[in-house]
Amino acid sequence: MNYIWLALMVISLVVGAFTGNLGAVTAAAVDYAQVAVEISLGLIGIMAFWLGIMKIAEEGGIIRLLSRAIRPIAKFLFPDIPPDHPAIGTMLMNIIANWLGLGNAATPLGLKAMKELQKLNKSKDTATNAMVVFLALNTASITFIPMTVIAVRAKLGSANPFEIISTAVFASTCATIAAVTAAKLIQRLPNIRKSDPNRLADKKEKGGGDV
Amino acid sequence: MFDSLAAATIDTVQQVAQATAGTTDSLFVAIMKGFSNLAIPVILFVVVVLGFIKKIKVYETFIDGAKEGFSVAVNIIPYLVAILVAIGMFRASGAMGYFVRLLTPVTNLIGMPAETLPVALMRPLSGSGSLGLVTELMNQHGPDSFIGRLASTMFGSTETTFYVIAVYFGSVGIRKSRHAIASGLIGDLAGLLMAVFICQIVFG
Repeated sequence: MNYIWLALMVISLVVGAFTGNLGAVTAAAVDYAQVAVEISLGLIGIMAFWLGIMKIAEEGGIIRLLSRAIRPIAKFLFPDIPPDHPAIGTMLMNIIANWLGLGNAATPLGLKAMKELQKLNKSKDTATNAMVVFLALNTASITFIPMTVIAVRAKLGSANPFEIISTAVFASTCATIAAVTAAKLIQRLPNIRKSDPNRLADKKEKGGGDV
Repeated sequence: MFDSLAAATIDTVQQVAQATAGTTDSLFVAIMKGFSNLAIPVILFVVVVLGFIKKIKVYETFIDGAKEGFSVAVNIIPYLVAILVAIGMFRASGAMGYFVRLLTPVTNLIGMPAETLPVALMRPLSGSGSLGLVTELMNQHGPDSFIGRLASTMFGSTETTFYVIAVYFGSVGIRKSRHAIASGLIGDLAGLLMAVFICQIVFG
């Protein structure tokens, strides 16, 4: 992330200087900072709502039930997480909300899942393998009705605004498989393994361990 | 996600309903729409009623959970400011044009129209930005042209990777994202390539 952020900044400023867009570049910085705050604050209400509902679901045992239902898949995708842990059920609800195109519910549920995953994290500022796999599922998320783009197609007079659903579902399924496979493979690389927070903590507890 | 936040979802649904009032949906679309509309009411009903049956004080429990909504949203701010400012500056600088020129020979090779390349590059960075590009392309070439269909498929096939990573990790204070970006971008690349591939077969 350090390099990507640095690259975005440096490229913008250098290219902006060459093309004479420097004024626009700084204006964009101010505008987007504002947008970022608006988006974050806009989440408060819906976030509070879903966190409240999820708390009831958790204490009522629904989350545990969901977790058990997908045990075999969860074991493969998230071997580090105990199968009964509420993180599994919450992640499942987030994925389902994504499938149904319920963006307003998917984000709060996803953030709630991150909170659960963070409870299992032994180093609070570093992502665990489970988090990366969950993010991979989300960044390439499958949506059965991509509402936003369908709406634009309809507005522009498409004869069949929905015809891109099958192609989009196909492409996003491939994207999801690729992202999860990538996450699973990259986590085996020596450098990435070394930075696994749960592995580091284990090593310390055992006093050495295997590397 | 970004798009559904940016464009009010209710407006979107209404627009679709209006624009497609004359056309009949396929069975699949009708079923999926039904699921989408019913999902939240059903979830709320089941959660609340089951909680009550299990003798949970539903109101108190709700308040207890909802308390954290504010802190989660506020935690995200620094992460989102960092990434959106960088992306906004990048867009405003005009650097995208150079990347497109650089990559055009590669995309020609796989039969991807050069016009759709900016969409592919913008998709992981900005939801509203890439939606704007898709809209522009469909305005120029028509939504039912190959370019229009491909651009729509590209948009529908992946999420705004950088936004998702900033928000999700930001909400719990994770700064070292390890291989999350690499995995996400590999997914995006696969999604975009497969979008070109499937569109050539289905619409080509």
